[in-house]
Amino acid sequence: MLEHLELFFKSIFIDNMVFAVFLGMCSYLAVSKKVSTAVGLGAAVIFVLAVTVPLNWLLDQYLLRDGALVWLGPEYADYNLSFLSFILFIATIATMVQLVEIVVEKFSPALYNSLGIFLPLIAVNCAILGGSLFMQAREIPSLGLAFNYGVSSGIGWFLAILAIAAIREKIRYSNVPAPLRGLGITFIITGLMGIGFQSFGGMLTGDNEPPEEADNTTVESSGEKEIKKEIEKDEKAVSYNDVVNN
Amino acid sequence: MALLSKKDANLILDPLADNNPITIQVLGICSALAITAELKASVVMAISVIFVLGVGNVVISLLRNVIPSKIRIIVQLIVVATLVIVVDQVLKAFAYELSKTLAVFVGLIITNCIIMGRFEAFALGNGPWKSFLDGIGNALGYGVILIIVGFFRELLGSGTLFGIPVLGDPIAKTGLYATGYENNGFMIIPPAALIVVGIIIWVQRSRNKALIEEA
Repeated sequence: MLEHLELFFKSIFIDNMVFAVFLGMCSYLAVSKKVSTAVGLGAAVIFVLAVTVPLNWLLDQYLLRDGALVWLGPEYADYNLSFLSFILFIATIATMVQLVEIVVEKFSPALYNSLGIFLPLIAVNCAILGGSLFMQAREIPSLGLAFNYGVSSGIGWFLAILAIAAIREKIRYSNVPAPLRGLGITFIITGLMGIGFQSFGGMLTGDNEPPEEADNTTVESSGEKEIKKEIEKDEKAVSYNDVVNN
Repeated sequence: MALLSKKDANLILDPLADNNPITIQVLGICSALAITAELKASVVMAISVIFVLGVGNVVISLLRNVIPSKIRIIVQLIVVATLVIVVDQVLKAFAYELSKTLAVFVGLIITNCIIMGRFEAFALGNGPWKSFLDGIGNALGYGVILIIVGFFRELLGSGTLFGIPVLGDPIAKTGLYATGYENNGFMIIPPAALIVVGIIIWVQRSRNKALIEEA
């Protein structure tokens, strides 16, 4: 249980897909202009990660890694097919995305209409392939943990795109220097948020059994910090407008 | 420029500055940032992408009339994945240490949006030679940004270039360090890459006002 909890928090905050390893930056930058679309894409990413990471874990465990084919018989123990992992992982992802699209279209047209345009985009979202590749590189030991890893890194990505979309909606009212407008300022804000997320690095180090309360307080206080930051930003925008009006 | 007509030359030169894949088209940022803490890794990454995009664009351009449009994404992914496996195996064979540093980011070239973006936007509609030039041009544009970011991050963060100390010895306090200069550890951590790219965009758009976005 504890390892699940640890992996969960670790993947959301410390190894956050966007802020720590820069995965899925393209869609993160392209689809974060409005909160509503960001939520749609974020949900789709969580869903696809939750499906593909365990699937690729099975592939890795029983087909690709060194000696994985031993279940076929002892004479297969020497095979190491791990050089095929890129092509098989991406094939799984592309197929799953297509399948999910067909299933969702058939059974839930409403959900399809809200997610529809994002689903094909997701096949080439690096966060998805990155999830599978990191799962392989970190040698996640069980199927349950692999599922956990998929879901929690999806949630981390969701949080990131939600936060930047909210900030970008606000920043439209601020006076950003013209050459920084749009892409430039988004990069810099993401960098600043990344520095904030770096501070989570201390969260799970120390003893083997991190006290629960300590975790919660860290999360809360940083949440408060972000809110404070946003409030400050609003105030700044307001004061600027006042100056202009006067 | 006797080799290339003016139009062909533009295919290579445009993406280097005014139509740069990273700063203007917003493609391929994913793998670009994580590996730029060292100049050497940036250069290797740039070369890998030049290879994959150049060859991939030609292959897709040759296949463009036989790929059914419904499954083109899967076909494109398979082509890229094959090329990336080649790059990965070559790196593992000849530069094992470096392939450890790059880790999963070599694999992530597959989902590098520059590659899919250029396949979709260019290779599917143009002949092999033009696609080749377009691929090389865009990959070079990507590489230029990577190398600029890698240069500043390694120089300011570790005081080295390609692993060779250029500012003196920080422990023995020679060279620049004798004057009290310190390495900026901030440049090593991942978020610094984003801020450096943000500043590159700032500089580029200040020089070329036509690129400024509408608010």
